[in-house]
Amino acid sequence: MAKSSTEVAIEGLKRLLSDKEGLDDVAAVKIEKLTAELQEQDHEEEFDPVRRIKDGFIHFKTHHFDKCPAYYKKLAEEQHPKFLVFACSDSRVSPSYVLNFKPGEAFMCRNIANMVPAFNQLRYSGVGAVIEYAVKHLEVENILVIGHSRCGGIKALMSLPADGTTSNDFIDDWVKIGLPAKAKVESEWSHATFEEKCEHCEKESVDLSLVNLLSYPYVRAALANKALKLMGGYYDFVNGTFGLWKADFDIKPEIIIGSS
Amino acid sequence: MSGKLRKCVMLCCGGKPPSKDMATDSCEDAIAELQKLLSEKCGLETLAAAKIKQITAELEKTGSEPFDAVERIKSGFARFKTEKYEKNPALYDELAKRQSPKFMVFACSDSRVCPSHILDFQPGEAFMVRNIANMVPPYDQTKYSGVGAAIEYAVLHLKVENIVVIGHSCCGGIKGLMSIPDDGTTASDFIEQWVQICLPAKSKVKTENSGLTFQEQCTNCEKEAVNVSLGNLLTYPFVREAVVKKTLALKGAHYDFVNGSFELWSFDYNLCPPLPA
Repeated sequence: MAKSSTEVAIEGLKRLLSDKEGLDDVAAVKIEKLTAELQEQDHEEEFDPVRRIKDGFIHFKTHHFDKCPAYYKKLAEEQHPKFLVFACSDSRVSPSYVLNFKPGEAFMCRNIANMVPAFNQLRYSGVGAVIEYAVKHLEVENILVIGHSRCGGIKALMSLPADGTTSNDFIDDWVKIGLPAKAKVESEWSHATFEEKCEHCEKESVDLSLVNLLSYPYVRAALANKALKLMGGYYDFVNGTFGLWKADFDIKPEIIIGSS
Repeated sequence: MSGKLRKCVMLCCGGKPPSKDMATDSCEDAIAELQKLLSEKCGLETLAAAKIKQITAELEKTGSEPFDAVERIKSGFARFKTEKYEKNPALYDELAKRQSPKFMVFACSDSRVCPSHILDFQPGEAFMVRNIANMVPPYDQTKYSGVGAAIEYAVLHLKVENIVVIGHSCCGGIKGLMSIPDDGTTASDFIEQWVQICLPAKSKVKTENSGLTFQEQCTNCEKEAVNVSLGNLLTYPFVREAVVKKTLALKGAHYDFVNGSFELWSFDYNLCPPLPA
């Protein structure tokens, strides 16, 4: 394991003390003083969550809210986002930040591994409620599902044992939504490394989520009316790239057969 | 139904990055700067007026063009890449290796209340769950695995130090909850079932605030629902344990975008040692 910078510095000091005599006492006093200073500094810089939240809101209020009163007044009356975005809960991938969405632009759902499960009123009412509200009530024009690099949820999915046993209360059961994506990756990239398979699965899982969106009747209806587009995205924060693709599902409006 | 996926558009450095002049977020800022220049330098009025009329005409035309979602995403990422990602290589190098957020935040899916905006959270600061009406349901491995997974990951793996549940003004989900008829009939597939997680908040408001208008009751319910969610957090054993050990703090909040204010409160939970027999 690589040595920390502190360990390297201490080794240097010890080398000097063994090479030159008579420096021990002086060195001891200086190190004791340094320890005391660092302890004080650590105490002073203790993280204050309330302060952090307060400062954050004040920053927003002064730099944005108070500077564009007309914009925020209009927004307070109604929202008309053009996007519904699914993104991971990961602290590094906020679409507001990464895609520069402004308030009012994107209705957002964030969960572990940005998953969209298929229509299921018992098990997945949370995601269902988001889709129902966004598509039926807000009439968003685009749904974008964004995966990302080094996703802990996808890693958990790829690490699930073949016998289906789970080792935690919720995480394994949730990421199992992505099992079809995992199966595809294992079959098509069987010789890839674990990391490479995870990366493939991060993208395949987005495609799976796009397909799962079709299990919601309002999504199908909006697609058939050409009022909705589906897109997949992949944010790679290791290389600083963003991949975007359209999902073309040819849905035609239904025809009623046999009605008199 | 045929499915064709992945016409890929790679956005490595996609699109032309905006010039420095366009970097200001606020158009009002830019106008103020222009007005300042015009007051300092004489003789530019006529030229400026003509140019502003031209810009207005151009923008009017842009407004009537159909919205291009791909272009919007391309330009959004380009702006992030040039103004943030490339300017902080050390930060993004560290973040690529691991995240150590101090916060887990529950916020509504509403497009107006993203904590990255209203609390200026930077990448790496806050693990986020966003759903209708920022609800935390009680522990239930069948019905609510999504929220359970997020809490489990944040508390046990990321070891966040704070969970903040943020409600907001004019919440459609809370309005939906308050609008469910007394006989409980619902008309939606999911929405009403979901928001009834916070039915105890509605009951409290209806009982204690019966004299208030519907809108006022909704505002109170937005805040009471946050408290119900905070209580529901304690149904997760790993949350209880961390709160009792004082490695985790729970907080409630309410963002009022009508008045531009933000309220924050603590939710304290303690177990006292048993009394001697």
